[in-house]
Amino acid sequence: MAGGELASKTIHELRALIDAGTISPQELLDDLLTRLAQLNPSLGAYIDIAPERLRRQLREEFSADRRGLLWGIPITIKDNICIAGEETTCASRILRGFRPPYDATVIERLRRAGAFLIPRANMDEFAFGSSTENSAWLITRNPWAPDRVPGGSSGGCASAVAGDLAIAALGSDTGGSIRQPASFCGVVGLKPTYGRVSRYGLVAFASSLDQIGPIAKDVTDCAMVLSAIAGHDARDSTSAPVEVPDYVGQLGGSVKGLRLGVPELPREGLNDEVERAIAQAVTVFEGLGLEVEPVQLPNIGKSVAAYYIIATAEASSNLARYDGVQYGFRAAVHRPPSTVHSELMEMYLRTRTEGFGAEAKRRILLGSYVLSHGYYDAYYLKGMKVRTLIKRDFDEAFRRCDVLLMPTSPTPAFRLREKVDDPLQMYLSDIYTISANLAGIPAVSLPCAFSGEGLPIGMQLLAAPFREDVLLRTAYAYEQATKWHLRAPQVRGER
Amino acid sequence: MDYEAVIGLEVHLQLATESKLFCGCPTKFGAPPNSQTCPVCLGLPGVLPVLNEQTVDWGVRVACALNATIGQIMKFDRKQYFYPDLPKSYQISQYDQPLAQHGHLDIVVDGQPKRIGIRRIHLEEDAGKLLHEASATESFVDFNRTGVPLLEIVTEPDLRSADAAYQYLTELKAILEYLDVSTCNMEEGSLRCDTNISLRPPKATTLGSRVEVKNLNSFRAVKLALEYEATRQAAALDGGEPLPQETRLWNAKAQRTEPLRSKEEASDYRYFPEPDLVPFTLEAALVERLRQALPELPAQRRSRLQSAYQLSAYDAQVLTQSRVLADLFEGALRCGASPKPAANWIMGELLAYLNAKGLEPSAVKLRPEWLAHLVELIAQGTLSGPMAKAVFLQMVERGLDPVQIVAEGRLAQIVDPGALERIAEEVVQANLKSVADYRSGKVNAFTYLMGQAMKRSQGKANPQQMAELLKRTLHNDGGPTP
Repeated sequence: MAGGELASKTIHELRALIDAGTISPQELLDDLLTRLAQLNPSLGAYIDIAPERLRRQLREEFSADRRGLLWGIPITIKDNICIAGEETTCASRILRGFRPPYDATVIERLRRAGAFLIPRANMDEFAFGSSTENSAWLITRNPWAPDRVPGGSSGGCASAVAGDLAIAALGSDTGGSIRQPASFCGVVGLKPTYGRVSRYGLVAFASSLDQIGPIAKDVTDCAMVLSAIAGHDARDSTSAPVEVPDYVGQLGGSVKGLRLGVPELPREGLNDEVERAIAQAVTVFEGLGLEVEPVQLPNIGKSVAAYYIIATAEASSNLARYDGVQYGFRAAVHRPPSTVHSELMEMYLRTRTEGFGAEAKRRILLGSYVLSHGYYDAYYLKGMKVRTLIKRDFDEAFRRCDVLLMPTSPTPAFRLREKVDDPLQMYLSDIYTISANLAGIPAVSLPCAFSGEGLPIGMQLLAAPFREDVLLRTAYAYEQATKWHLRAPQVRGER
Repeated sequence: MDYEAVIGLEVHLQLATESKLFCGCPTKFGAPPNSQTCPVCLGLPGVLPVLNEQTVDWGVRVACALNATIGQIMKFDRKQYFYPDLPKSYQISQYDQPLAQHGHLDIVVDGQPKRIGIRRIHLEEDAGKLLHEASATESFVDFNRTGVPLLEIVTEPDLRSADAAYQYLTELKAILEYLDVSTCNMEEGSLRCDTNISLRPPKATTLGSRVEVKNLNSFRAVKLALEYEATRQAAALDGGEPLPQETRLWNAKAQRTEPLRSKEEASDYRYFPEPDLVPFTLEAALVERLRQALPELPAQRRSRLQSAYQLSAYDAQVLTQSRVLADLFEGALRCGASPKPAANWIMGELLAYLNAKGLEPSAVKLRPEWLAHLVELIAQGTLSGPMAKAVFLQMVERGLDPVQIVAEGRLAQIVDPGALERIAEEVVQANLKSVADYRSGKVNAFTYLMGQAMKRSQGKANPQQMAELLKRTLHNDGGPTP
């Protein structure tokens, strides 16, 4: 077969083919790698690909006996999730050469489910960004339009899934980093409830906000990957001892009578086409039998401010360990130490100055400031209090609704370099995704329209904590009724 | 002018739990470098801490023993600074809600009881160890110690003399030992102490400039350092010299404190609640259970020994300074020994032995029944004074029951008249000159002959009987009686 035939299929389609013996995991991987070789040079979805090593790994390490939900399926992994022995850099110079000696819990679970791992999907450095332009290594392009960003920080994952350079992927989401790129690339991206999926092995950005989640071609695939990775982990004290429902089995369940809340939102920068797309989605949901009603989230306008205080504070602390002492990059201290600093201080300063990119430095500075003596109460503590208010708004909304609907992003994918020099503008593009992280609730983005320029527009569904079952069921019903997910980009370089 | 010293102590205690505070690595001292580590205590990217509950239980027990109020919520905070022995560049500690507060410890200073307030007790993780001596150009880090649980115990500035500080540390160590929570070893670093001292004119209510002293390796060093500082500060105050608030290091070789090289920048630790650990309630029922299960503590034991066995306050103090010694004493009594001899053997021979060898009481495997047997053997007359000491030494060094040592046949006192007579005969035959000397009136000659007799019997002859028989032999053996 020519490259891409198998790579364009979904997990559930491939599951059937593999189980029937029609194709082998080796054939599938070959097809995927062929397509990767063709298209990754222009798309830049992966930082690095070692096709021969991957083929060998599949041949030597893959047991024919292992039959799990994902057996034989390649899953692409974002560059901030630890795979033992694989270079994991979080797209940062400061972690160049770092190979974790252990697997993240989600990696262990994927392996147990029989998946085959394709490492190093590109991302914004340390997940700081909304466009993947902050990677130290390369930029990633949106397969729908090469002059557009794929979104961020899981831009490599979303671009790969949309362009069929990946079957499905694991990304991470702290303020929208799964959902916004999924929206920009026309694929499905789910951020689970905080504590639903173990964070052990995810290089931390903001400890109270981070979650790992699937980016996939459709809702069914999303549910399959979530099933494999969800569940309590004793190694993560913040992971929840809550049972994992049968997400896949429950997908086709009825959505009639579910209550859909449509909140009134800040409309700053909201694109007309996006607004219309959401209105059209409401109509579809009404047609499916859901009861639609407006809801109030009075404090949602404070989300971005609260987020950028809390997230940067935690990030500044989580990134303090990158100091050149144990692993990764260490700057050479050539000239004799100045009389102002000790040699140790010189090493610290040079390592972190040379090793971190501009956005990382920006966030570390912000975060250190808000935690500093005399400012803690005014910023961090206050931010946490605002966070509680936002959470209460959602608790109240979910007493009256099962699911909430809102845009994922105010606009479709913007152009490369368009916002990279204006951090505040970049931050504001997270305005609709951030509140789900603050409240710790699950949220999914799926395609709901295309812009006049042919760019995907995503809509976001949110549910109460640990109600991914309702979330996915609702998303599935919409998807099956509208078929947006069946449209694929024509990526340049294709046959 | 005579100034009043205001002193506080900060003790960091390593808890000898099975595993570290936030991971499963062992906490044993002395392992090869970087052999007791894992991704979590190495702070590798992506790892998360998981609280070892045994450390909380032990912390609560110590807090109860120190009469402190246990906090209702158990919460951790990050304390942030950069140093190569701190892999995450933050230490997980407790800031505004420590494990316990408002405790106290009672000591005796110059015969007067004094209550020392304990401001706070909290849990935190230890850092690694830096090694500078191995190379001229590089320093090395050993992360074995990273993540070992520490209990920080901070006093109110209630101490008024170096001696009081010493008393506090001694009593604290005894309590900790009774609770069996730490090896309490300052040389190995399982117990560390910093102190702070300021002087003020008597009857003043405000505090003077506070000087912190670090690098103290023993309780004695603490006492000496405080005495040194008190003198130094008094001289400065008398001379009108400035006395800056600072941190100084104790130089044990030179026996003085020296200023620390100034730090690069003031430390703003940017404390905030540890987001990777979920705060939880310390159940009152659990705390009560732990409190009820506390062993008898040194102060209680002292009173009880004094009243039950009519021991003096001094004897009770010495016997209870170590739980091992106190257990040995009471164990021996339970095996039938009477209090006074048992106490004397412990306070005399045993302590002398331990001090000479530089050993802790726990280093010696001495069973209470053996001590009881020794006392019994002496009371029976089977062992004389010097022989008993020899048996004691064997008992301690070989780890054997004295009954067994005696039964080995070589140490039983010889009381059989026939055997003693034979020895006397042999001595007389072998030392004719001395015998002649004795008969001609030289009394010293008898002493010499006695010595020979004891030697010939390998020290086992009953001295009184030997002397009697020797005299009889000398007189019976012909020759004039002096």
